[in-house]
Amino acid sequence: MAEKLEMKELAEVVVRFSGDSGDGMQLAGNIFSTVSATVGNSISTFPDYPADIRAPQGSLTGVSGFQVHIGASMVYTPGDKCDVLVAMNAAALKTQYKYAKPGAAIIIDTDSFGPADLKKAAFATEDYLGEMGIDPDRVIACPITQMVKDCLADSGMDVKAMLKCRNMFALGLVCWLFDRDLNIAFNFLKEKFAKKAGVAEANIKVIQAGYDYGHNTHSSVANVYRIETKNKVPGRYMDITGNKATAYGFIAAAEKAGLKLYLGSYPITPATDVLHELSKHKSLGVTTVQCEDEIAGCASAVGASFAGALGVTSTSGPGICLKSEAMNLAVIMELPLVVLDVQRGGPATGLPTKSEQTDLLQALFGRNGESPMPVIAATSPTDCFDAAYAASKMALEHMTPVILMTDAYVANGSAAFKLPDLAEYPAINPPYVPEELKGQWTPYLRNPETGVRYWAVPGREGFQHILGGLEKDNKTGAISTDPENHNLMTHLRQEKIDKIQVPDLEVLGDKDDADLLIVGFGGTYGHLHAAMDELRAAGKKVALAQFKYINPLPKNTAAVLGKYKKVVVAEQNMGQLAGWLRMKVDNFVPEQFNQVKGQPFVVSELVEAFNAIINK
Amino acid sequence: MAYTAQDFKKGQPRWCPGCGDHFFLSSLHKAMAEIGVESWNTAVISGIGCSSRLPHYMATYGMNTIHGRAAAIATGCKVANPNLTVWQVSGDGDGLAIGGNHFIHANRRNINLNMILLNNRIYGLTKGQYSPTSPRGFVSKSSPYGTVEDPFRPAELCFGARGHFFARSVATDAPGTVEILKAAYNHKGAAVCEILQNCVIFNNGTHDAVYSKEGRAKNAIYVEHGKPLIFGENDEFGLMQEGFGLKVVKIGENGITEKDILVHDAHCEDNTLQLKLALMGNGDGFPVALGVIRDVDAPTYDDCVTAQIEEVKAQKKYHNFAELLETNDIWEVTE
Repeated sequence: MAEKLEMKELAEVVVRFSGDSGDGMQLAGNIFSTVSATVGNSISTFPDYPADIRAPQGSLTGVSGFQVHIGASMVYTPGDKCDVLVAMNAAALKTQYKYAKPGAAIIIDTDSFGPADLKKAAFATEDYLGEMGIDPDRVIACPITQMVKDCLADSGMDVKAMLKCRNMFALGLVCWLFDRDLNIAFNFLKEKFAKKAGVAEANIKVIQAGYDYGHNTHSSVANVYRIETKNKVPGRYMDITGNKATAYGFIAAAEKAGLKLYLGSYPITPATDVLHELSKHKSLGVTTVQCEDEIAGCASAVGASFAGALGVTSTSGPGICLKSEAMNLAVIMELPLVVLDVQRGGPATGLPTKSEQTDLLQALFGRNGESPMPVIAATSPTDCFDAAYAASKMALEHMTPVILMTDAYVANGSAAFKLPDLAEYPAINPPYVPEELKGQWTPYLRNPETGVRYWAVPGREGFQHILGGLEKDNKTGAISTDPENHNLMTHLRQEKIDKIQVPDLEVLGDKDDADLLIVGFGGTYGHLHAAMDELRAAGKKVALAQFKYINPLPKNTAAVLGKYKKVVVAEQNMGQLAGWLRMKVDNFVPEQFNQVKGQPFVVSELVEAFNAIINK
Repeated sequence: MAYTAQDFKKGQPRWCPGCGDHFFLSSLHKAMAEIGVESWNTAVISGIGCSSRLPHYMATYGMNTIHGRAAAIATGCKVANPNLTVWQVSGDGDGLAIGGNHFIHANRRNINLNMILLNNRIYGLTKGQYSPTSPRGFVSKSSPYGTVEDPFRPAELCFGARGHFFARSVATDAPGTVEILKAAYNHKGAAVCEILQNCVIFNNGTHDAVYSKEGRAKNAIYVEHGKPLIFGENDEFGLMQEGFGLKVVKIGENGITEKDILVHDAHCEDNTLQLKLALMGNGDGFPVALGVIRDVDAPTYDDCVTAQIEEVKAQKKYHNFAELLETNDIWEVTE
């Protein structure tokens, strides 16, 4: 049949690998995304781990998924639903089918659909496809387990070790389906298992077997698909999650500034991976302290900054509640500090593993007194790197705590990351007090242009001084309760933040004549962009402005927001950005799209809602 | 270069006349001069409260931070810059109530901090509420009918957190205070110094039994490593072990000679007897122990952090950001 095979061109495709937690779905997904990225496809991935720490094998709660979205042109999200679903067992099919598009191809390992498997997955009958209403014509039903055993029969491996390779068979099958070059996968495995040649060899053999199986039988699907790459950006790439990119951004900024990186942190989902990542890199001199609580995480970072390091603390919303006191201390002491908030669902413990944007007003206002603090929100997994770098630079150069906001979706999602060249990043120059000011320097002496005070790091003779949580006299630095001085200091702290230069707000899409401007911030960028693309493909005039710099706002904010007939602010909260913009931009009354489900936006829902606004 | 107390002085303290903080401040200036670390390589970090005003009167680097967090802030400061000598100053409310968590963890981790606990058993700055060291039944503005809770005994908390250094002095006793401050500096690791200090306004007389030289002669014992535990106006009393506890004996009575008296061992890893000394109070017929009660060597957190970084640097092949990138799975996209 091979000669009759039709090669179909696709602009994009979403593949979801699913199986038991121990089935290696993350690895299969990773290799597939790497293989696709290597040929220049755009990729966006999202791992979906089970909520249970160690669920029983084959159970519904133990299913782990990994979704990969690959595209000929830029893809911005891991995709709402998949075109191909790999279900390595009955429980995976049961729980993951809801993520498949109507008409999606479904690959199953029939050896994992025995009576016991079906029972664990709560199927009532043996006709599991019928129960789920799945058309058998769309299913590539393959005895994967048996074929893996056969394939490795001569390898001398025990059965347990053989079964660990099942994921590679599925991967081989998917590679065939999308006409991928297996050599890239082989090289990946050779490098990954460089010290275990036997394992690499077995995996390679099984991938090839999966590919050949598809090629020789392909009984269930009529097509092989190709995703040709447009707009290749040559360069060297790696796969990176948002949390890892954030950690890398801090490392890069500290190196550029010539400072020690200090992280004070306390484990909290979904921010803990930043603590994990930074704790690995002691060979770069990174110091991480897992503190007794969130308070100490932030307080110790303030202490580290005072001592001359780049002080960082990482957390999620509940941790921000506890850190706010020490963040405020950094505001009044005017010390650099980066506070990372990987947002999750709230209030209180809320939805720890889910994603929301509900901490924005907390970041802007959640402290006593007039407490201005810059806020930056990363727009994608790879943007976390640039955002962390920018937040560190801003904190160090403007002597202020900065809040860097990401969210669970961006933090756990991954994308291809073009290796950055640090030489191309802007220099970071903290405002160290000039030596010639010795004898006349006081702690709140400011650069008249930027309003930034000078930094005297302990260890320098002649610059001994005291900082603290009490209001200080602008001139002498001594404690002051003088009403005029407090008023002045309040204004000076505000002006210092207001003067920070941030890039202009960029408008994408039909920027000259859009009927609707979509406005969002941070991690919803991908979904809002995809929604805009769909609307424009349907002939609508739509533009997108995604805020990354939220305080201070870009200078052109009012001009952008005032330019379009209709504006919708779409966010995963009850309207926090809309409220902030209304506070800052006169006569701005936007439409709003608000969803607080703990889940990323669904592009089709956005398109529907935006269409309704356009047609209103 | 030799320093004098003057080199560490700054400003005019604004505590109430007669406040124990004045006495302590003066001893700290003296101790720092004798220790000889430059004022610019010294950081004094406090929380909030009367005693936490202290860094304002130091010619060192300093921070008068937020309530309870001094130990946590000092931890970051010391770990990030181990070359600094860091003094952390708190009162009993700041250090043991709102800051209790940081107090125990700084001790457990054994951060190389000199931790001063100025204990006047009252909240002074908020004008007279009972503190976590106020005795049961203590009458204050917030406990008009007396407290119904037991106080912390700082040594117990320090030892419970596996602290390796604990010393005590009375604020008015300058030589005794200077001595324990120097010992705290010389001890590598978290070094807790409890300073018994009077609040003339809200808790006057709380340490009366030992506040005067005469009182101390009668009611206190100066403990010194390697020396027998002898006290009294004429050195006529001593301490001996009895069963699981200690007892006061009179030397010369019942055939007891100086040789029978327990010899103080501050370096003993087992803190059992040190704790017994620390918990003695004149209310129960024992003298109040002053001086260095426990001083045991142990690896410090900040040293270990630095050593681990050096160790990993030697092991790993990547030492800058560009090299870090290369440790990942990388692919190349070509034209």
